[in-house]
Amino acid sequence: MSSHVESLGSAQRAWDPRILEPVEELTDAEEPPPAIEMIRSAAMRPVLFRPKWFWPAVGVLSALLALGFAAWVVQLRTGLGSAGYSDQAFWAIYEANLVTFIGVSYGGAVVSAILRITKTTWRAPLTRIAEATALVTLPIGMLFIIPHLGSSWKLWELIWPPYWNLSSPILWDFFAVSTYLLATCVFFYLPLVADLAIGAERLAQAASSPGRRLLYRAYRLLAGRYDGSLSQRRLLAGAIGLVAIMVIPMAVSVHSVLSFAFASSSRPGYLETIFPVYFVVAALYSGVALVVVVVAAARRLFHLEAFIERRHLVRLGFIMVALGAAYLYLTFTEYLVDSYSNTTGNAAWVYQTILGRYWMPFWFYFVAGGVVPILVFMFRRTRTATGVVTAATLVLAAMWVKRLVIVIPPATEPLVRSPFGPTGALGLGWGTYHFTWVSISITVAMAAAIPLLLLIVFRLVPILPVAEMEELAAAAERATTPTATAAAGPVARLHAGNGAPVGATDHAEVPWGDGDA
Amino acid sequence: MSSDEQEQDETDRAPIPSAHQQPVTVTTGKHVSRRRFLGAAASGVGLAAVGSVSGVLISRSARSAAAPARTATGSAATGSSATHQWAMVIDLRNCNGCKLCTTACERYHYLHQDQTWIHVFTMQSASGEQYFMPRPCMMCEDPPCVPVCPVSANFRTDEGLVLVTQQRCVGTRICMNACPYQARYFNWSAPVPAPRQPFPQEPAWPVPQVEGTVGKCVFCAAMLPSGRIPECASYCPMGVIYMGDLESDVAVNGIGNSVTLSKFLTENTAVRFKTTFGTHPRVWYITGHGQTLDTDKEVA
Repeated sequence: MSSHVESLGSAQRAWDPRILEPVEELTDAEEPPPAIEMIRSAAMRPVLFRPKWFWPAVGVLSALLALGFAAWVVQLRTGLGSAGYSDQAFWAIYEANLVTFIGVSYGGAVVSAILRITKTTWRAPLTRIAEATALVTLPIGMLFIIPHLGSSWKLWELIWPPYWNLSSPILWDFFAVSTYLLATCVFFYLPLVADLAIGAERLAQAASSPGRRLLYRAYRLLAGRYDGSLSQRRLLAGAIGLVAIMVIPMAVSVHSVLSFAFASSSRPGYLETIFPVYFVVAALYSGVALVVVVVAAARRLFHLEAFIERRHLVRLGFIMVALGAAYLYLTFTEYLVDSYSNTTGNAAWVYQTILGRYWMPFWFYFVAGGVVPILVFMFRRTRTATGVVTAATLVLAAMWVKRLVIVIPPATEPLVRSPFGPTGALGLGWGTYHFTWVSISITVAMAAAIPLLLLIVFRLVPILPVAEMEELAAAAERATTPTATAAAGPVARLHAGNGAPVGATDHAEVPWGDGDA
Repeated sequence: MSSDEQEQDETDRAPIPSAHQQPVTVTTGKHVSRRRFLGAAASGVGLAAVGSVSGVLISRSARSAAAPARTATGSAATGSSATHQWAMVIDLRNCNGCKLCTTACERYHYLHQDQTWIHVFTMQSASGEQYFMPRPCMMCEDPPCVPVCPVSANFRTDEGLVLVTQQRCVGTRICMNACPYQARYFNWSAPVPAPRQPFPQEPAWPVPQVEGTVGKCVFCAAMLPSGRIPECASYCPMGVIYMGDLESDVAVNGIGNSVTLSKFLTENTAVRFKTTFGTHPRVWYITGHGQTLDTDKEVA
């Protein structure tokens, strides 16, 4: 027991470069050192050992998915009206879902790419989880285009160039999201290459079964000819850095373009120049919230407490709250400016949203997604892991509701009005969107698909970015050893264990250094 | 084993450069640095963005430059070689709100009751008096619904009709979002069954409607070539709706009145609905109740 605690402590110290104490256990150890051994076994544990709850969880989530599928079949047979739509509520839940689900995929980009570029070292144990979340949520969000379309069986027309109308914002969406999906896949895959090579060794050592042999072959195939040589590591590090830089403008463009579908119309409440920024910040906000929830769940379910600590959740939480404050500010400016103009359309829309028929969802967002997260982070007593996860869960719910508040009120607003007389009393009245079991079931099913796919992904690939963590461990150790042997000592040993001590972020100035150390 | 010895052991496995050594470059083909690659990519994206924005602006300004010629009420200078330029005049002074136009349209096109392609709105004038305002498709000269469709299902004919290819429409409903007149109606459920039709279903003859697609008023486009006026016009007992042609400068209503279109419009100070949206509708309203119809022109 005591030795376990000791090795656990050394592991923490080893991969956290900010702790500059000498790590004596490491220098005397045989290869691979215990810290690295621990990272590797923890990363591969979900792959090698199936948790007891795995199949029950998959069963429940699949049942929800099946319910959604049934609802979709009903919608196909009876028409989009069964999802509660009408001519005066022509866009509603599916459009909000599309924006929400594509939005949460942004969390992976921010946690992994931005923290990578800024050389933030504490990101290391979180990157794989964040990237996997992005990889899983983006296609689910894209799938919402299917129930959204009135004639989803004609979906192929969107990829049929002779029909393309390049002036359509929906087509821009299609291009932007597809490109982003490709980038997300690459961004998930590149840091995985070294880990797959390491994981393949583990799989080879482990007891053999047909499934495992197949997985081993897949690992070997996907790892290519990666053998951890220096040139390969440099090349990979450079590629990861390049993709990390490219993924950020791509993610920004996706959300800007998603907002164009709304903003490039004359409809009050959609015609907002603030929308691109508003959507990007909302996506970042909800995306980081989802990463917090997924990281916390993975930490608990896959026993990663030794690597992912409270401070990781709290730091992610700080990023989330900063984005939340920015979003609250953007919301304020949007409604302020629109209510000030006092044109019939804008004034009615702002009134109905804040005080009229949509007051409940709006104020739910304001409290749960705006104020409560800030309050949670204001006090040390509530700034606990539980507090952070609670706040993040609230943010996820609130941001979904906020997307409904963005999409539905303008779509239900009457545009043909009596120029005189009481607003809304004459001309066309306000439309109403009714939630139906069909639309709710499809939404719940898609939400259930996120944990389902994540569980499957974590059963297939190492849950921790082994190579990256080892590299940072090496950097930390290098900082503790005398300068004469600093460069070569730990690096050589790490390399024997197939580690990748090349700076994943930068190979030009400090080959395997990191900004924080 | 000291760390120095270990270093000796490992050196033959892989060349370990010192921290000050030059970075290893891969010598396959021309070396493109990350910086240069990103720079080239960014400038490419920038050029594309500038190109597309200026393209939109140029086409917009070209259209608005052409617009005055085409909107000159009644003059034959419509800028098109087509034989007809269809237009509609709705004389609000005579409308009594009976909605026979709506029912005639729905019966003729086999529409659900809420698919009011010509919708009669109850409005209130400045003096508090109620009046009625039928609203068909405005057949805009610069229709906002056309450029937003991702699959090019919306189009505008040479004769000034904005139509929907329902076989093509995928049902994104972004055109419903774009239309400032709420003149577009979606087929949320199975359409009203229609008997076998004399023509195949086509944009000018959208009968029966197609589930999961957008439909709208088509000015009864299939009847116009044979000299028949739309159903709404011919069923209006008050003679409110005039179908006109800007080329021949004639308009006719359902009770047999023919007018010279340009003269009729100017003499009665006809206005168009929501001119601030830059859509240049081909539907004119003759007001008589002091209403403004959201135009910039007050009518006494």
